Amino acid sequence: MLEIKNLHVSIEGVQILKGISLKINKGEVHAVMGPNGSGKSTLAKVLAGDPAYTVTKGEVLFEGNNLLKMEPEMRAREGIFLAFQYPVEIPGVSNTYFLKAALNEVRVAKGLPELDAMEFLELFNKKLKQVEMDQTLAHRSVNESFSGGEKKRNEILQMTVLEPRLAILDETDSGLDIDALKIVAAGVNQLRSPDRSMMVVTHYQRLLNYIVPDFVHVLLEGRIVKSGSKDLALQLEREGYDGVKDSLASAKS
Amino acid sequence: MNKPDSFIQQEYKYGFVTPMEVDTLPKGLSEDVIRLISQKKNEPSFMLEWRLKAYRHWLTMKEPSWSHVHYPKIDYQDIIYYSAPKKKPKLNSLEEVDKELLTTFEKLGIPLEEQKRLAGVAVDAVFDSVSVATTFKEQLSKAGVIFCSFSEAVQNHPDLIQKYLGSVVPYTDNFYAALNAAVFSDGSFCYIPKGVRCPMELSTYFRINAAETGQFERTLIVAEEGSYVSYLEGCSAPLRDTNQLHAAVVELVAQEKASIKYSTVQNWYSGDKEGKGGIYNFVTKRGKCVGRNSKITWTQVETGSAITWKYPSVILIGDDSVGEFYSVALCNNYQQADTGTKMIHVGKNTRSTIISKGISARHGNNTYRGLVKVLPKAQNARNYTQCDSLLLGSDCAANTFPYIEVQNNSSKVGHEASTSKISDEQLFYCKQRGISSENAVNMIVNGFCKEVFRNLPMEFAVEASKLLGVSLEGSVG
Ligand SMILES: Nc1ncnc2c1ncn2[C@@H]1O[C@H](COP(=O)(O)OP(=O)(O)OP(=O)(O)O)[C@@H](O)[C@H]1O
Ligand SMILES: [Mg+2]
Repeated sequence: MLEIKNLHVSIEGVQILKGISLKINKGEVHAVMGPNGSGKSTLAKVLAGDPAYTVTKGEVLFEGNNLLKMEPEMRAREGIFLAFQYPVEIPGVSNTYFLKAALNEVRVAKGLPELDAMEFLELFNKKLKQVEMDQTLAHRSVNESFSGGEKKRNEILQMTVLEPRLAILDETDSGLDIDALKIVAAGVNQLRSPDRSMMVVTHYQRLLNYIVPDFVHVLLEGRIVKSGSKDLALQLEREGYDGVKDSLASAKS
Repeated sequence: MNKPDSFIQQEYKYGFVTPMEVDTLPKGLSEDVIRLISQKKNEPSFMLEWRLKAYRHWLTMKEPSWSHVHYPKIDYQDIIYYSAPKKKPKLNSLEEVDKELLTTFEKLGIPLEEQKRLAGVAVDAVFDSVSVATTFKEQLSKAGVIFCSFSEAVQNHPDLIQKYLGSVVPYTDNFYAALNAAVFSDGSFCYIPKGVRCPMELSTYFRINAAETGQFERTLIVAEEGSYVSYLEGCSAPLRDTNQLHAAVVELVAQEKASIKYSTVQNWYSGDKEGKGGIYNFVTKRGKCVGRNSKITWTQVETGSAITWKYPSVILIGDDSVGEFYSVALCNNYQQADTGTKMIHVGKNTRSTIISKGISARHGNNTYRGLVKVLPKAQNARNYTQCDSLLLGSDCAANTFPYIEVQNNSSKVGHEASTSKISDEQLFYCKQRGISSENAVNMIVNGFCKEVFRNLPMEFAVEASKLLGVSLEGSVG
């Protein structure tokens, strides 16, 4: 599904990613962990096509195609979804209107007919219940004055409506209360399927109890320094990143 | 093939084309020219006298200059002040029409038949429109509403004209109002009798009959006690006109408990991407809430013209009267707009609301200039003003000049202002959801204008929102 080869990325002349290679197959869930500033969001946004970043080296294939040549909206229509770490507010644009526009653009790209207002609302209300989101939030402007947790939940709502092929969740768990965490995890798990892949960025093992990953990667200073099974997350929880750093240091010397 | 001819005759019969078959007067302005205009229009003597007084006054006036609007000097002796109604070039089919214009029509969702009419294509289907217009005309006259061209009103209702002409915008008001009073060629007159709710939006009828937009138009609307009218001026289709200077005057009079809604969608040619050409739109629009509990609402969506200078205003004389101003002004490329409103509170408990949304893109320069004036006797007057600016790109500008003069201390005046940009983060967020940048900009701009669009008649709200999209095309990303 997704193949990242030796990816180097910089922003404003600063090198952030220094050679990332990662392969995500259909149906797999990969967790990406790592200390603050290690480049997790950078990786997520580069995959989604954020023009603020410059790819200086390497390539990314999505379903065999050169992803880096595609415009962000094309990537989205091809089924890449990024749940942002910091979702932006769009004043004046209602959540439902926004999501309907998004869904219809995606549908048209897939050769499906657009949903009219009634059809969309029916779908929307169903999904709204699924993520147990408040009706009133649905009709407010996109993320405007949402609490941190509400914004995250809204991202999941959008994801369940858009049904992407590759979902990238960037710290969707941070800022969520325990109940919300379970609801979000349930929403994500419902989307798990043999043809859908996920990349889950998180700081906490806790989330991985609900969304059990097939692989865990540790990102450190722009490189994946360690990969393993879900047990790696448990180890990180126990030892922190110092453990990884130490073992790296000793391996080098 | 006598269809076009008979159509023109019918159109004339329904009163929107000036009843003259005369040639064009030479360029330039003098008392003789004004006498000729009045004579050709067969006007009663009070009209001629009024025009002459206006002209003499105009001669003593100086053309205003503003710090925020720049344009080359206009030579007033180089303008033709009177010409016979122009016949639009008749084309045989839409295939002969400029491709770019057609694409715009399509994007605006203008029905095919109307596209043809706007582009000047000979259409037989217009006969449908004519019959529709006839039905409207009957409906209106049944209700007692007078709605006709200004020239017709001068002939058929001289007493009303004499009573109200210049009663809101006197010819002494400003340079352009004086010029308009001296030379205006035509316009619309609308009279709603006591207690009558005008049975339709006056837009539909107007649009079907759309007369050539005059260079010096004059509109007068009088709403008698307890009446209501909603009037829509303009059209979202891009209008090109060979006249560069437009100086219209609009006067509204609302008697006790009467309510007038005046909505404008203006999309005159704004010049090319380098800022060449384009129309200068210097308009004086003013309403007078004469009676108690009367209400005047101005709603405008301005996307066209190279230069716009206009301040639809309300003078709140009657106690408890209400004035509202909702405006969206878009400045793209090298467009300049200096617009806003004046709310003059004279009576007790008068209330006014001002919502102004300015959008600037590329090199556009948008200025809001508003005056809220509360006179000593306007006890408990209230005003709320909100001015928001949205900038697209970094070469454009927005300025806000709210002037507030309060002369009594029981009144409350509130002002809020904001300036925002469409951020790269917002655009990326939309694109990440599959939304193209064009649609994203559209969506955000429309969201920004929501409070204003809400006040437009439904059909025009849709058009206005599409219009903004088309006008902004390609200005971001
Ligand atoms: N415009 C910029 N100029 C310079 N450095 C930047 C810029 N934007 C981001 N960075 C740096 O890139 C590095 C990686 O940031 P990134 O957001 O990817 O980290 P992260 O792993 O997601 O961290 P967190 O866990 O805190 O979310 C950080 O050190 C950050 O300061
Ligand atoms: Mg991050």
